[in-house]
Amino acid sequence: MSLFNMSGLTLKWLFRRPFTRRYPFEPRKPVAGFRGAVEINLGTCIFCGICSKRCPTQAIEVDRGNKRWTIDRLRCLSCGLCTEVCPKKSLGLNGAHGVPTMTKDREVFQGAQTPPSAPAA
Amino acid sequence: MAERTIIPFGPQHPVLPEPIHLDLVVEDEKVVEAIPSIGFIHRGLEALVEKRDFQDCVFVAERICGICSFIHGQAYCQGIEEIMGIAVPPRARYLRTIWGELSRIHSHLLWLGLMADSLGFESLFMHSWRVRERVLDVIEATTGGRVIFGSCKVGGVRRDIDAEAMKTLLERVAEVERETREITRVFINDSTVKHRLCGVGALSREDAYLLGCVGPTLRASGVAQDMRKLGYAAFNELSFEPITRSEGDCYARVAVRCDEIFQSADLIRQAAAKIPAGELAVKVTGNPNGEFFTRVEQPRGEVIYYIKGNGAKNLQRFRVRTPTFANIPALVKTLQGCDLADVPVLVLTIDPCISCTER
Repeated sequence: MSLFNMSGLTLKWLFRRPFTRRYPFEPRKPVAGFRGAVEINLGTCIFCGICSKRCPTQAIEVDRGNKRWTIDRLRCLSCGLCTEVCPKKSLGLNGAHGVPTMTKDREVFQGAQTPPSAPAA
Repeated sequence: MAERTIIPFGPQHPVLPEPIHLDLVVEDEKVVEAIPSIGFIHRGLEALVEKRDFQDCVFVAERICGICSFIHGQAYCQGIEEIMGIAVPPRARYLRTIWGELSRIHSHLLWLGLMADSLGFESLFMHSWRVRERVLDVIEATTGGRVIFGSCKVGGVRRDIDAEAMKTLLERVAEVERETREITRVFINDSTVKHRLCGVGALSREDAYLLGCVGPTLRASGVAQDMRKLGYAAFNELSFEPITRSEGDCYARVAVRCDEIFQSADLIRQAAAKIPAGELAVKVTGNPNGEFFTRVEQPRGEVIYYIKGNGAKNLQRFRVRTPTFANIPALVKTLQGCDLADVPVLVLTIDPCISCTER
């Protein structure tokens, strides 16, 4: 009977728990293998700027002189290309969902400044 | 003779997922003519590709469409690989096939939901998207992204599916197949659905061919054309036949897509059984110098990529002809003479993806 195809399906789901999640009370756990947001290890970064050149959306900016690594999280696609091209493997993906933001801020990571060399006598 | 009126349909309309505008010339409740206009979401992606490194543009190509993203990336990579004479490792070809078919299942389930919504069948819409969610979870676990896979690159693939993950994938696909069967049974047999779809917007075999239709719209009119039969990726080593129907109406288009979901599940099983061990990608050196046309089957039909490089790291010319663009003439033809109330259903049956069309 053609009429009972849908009613059977509806009845079956009438007595089950809802399929949807009560977000934000029940946040979704990212599955293993999810790419997530880009992370930087400033200890090994040499500020070469390859990540910035290769980024498809130009989300990364590298200031070599001031040792500053900046990322625009809303532009970043989490494609992971920067992590593949990084010569020092300083970049990685954390596998977690990004934090919701209200403003278009850039996240700045400041590397350790080398002390200015002593003036020549 | 009844007076003629023009009713604007779209670009913002409850039934349309994306903006397309139709000027419907109506006489009473009958549509006499439909004049389409597009161009609301042109993003200039083809020009962007000419400004970036050709290897990074896989991510740009993937973002042409949010639904058949992987197949766009795959078509782009295949074009570059043909120009540069790169032999893709067999394992990578099989993985591309598996992800491409997962993409087709999720696209067709999304479309079935939208179709149910256009009929006013809200609960069926919710059930279709519930099943689609399971496919998205499989995609996320294997590629790292839910909708934009990002797992294809020039010379191969970026990720592997190990034996354990492949076993889980096959279990999930079997589960999706079982649940999809419950839903497609409603689409195929339910009298209310049939009442809205049978005999509506019939397109003859000749018209479909001459108007240059592609994909399920063409196959529903009885032309067995499927680009997968060209044997790209691993399709030449898998056995399947294009699914066709002879009626050419809205019901036939729904039935073809329903059957294609099961065909894709079968192709995934075949590919998983035959997948060889080996490398995932080969190293790419040099820049593309030459031109190539790639033809690949997307869930909506045949997509054509034209890629031209001149030996520099940026491409010289990049052009995409998407399936929706090819199906718009057929849509205009089927809209002539239909009832005004059937317009949403007819627009939905070509599975319009306007972001693709305008790029």
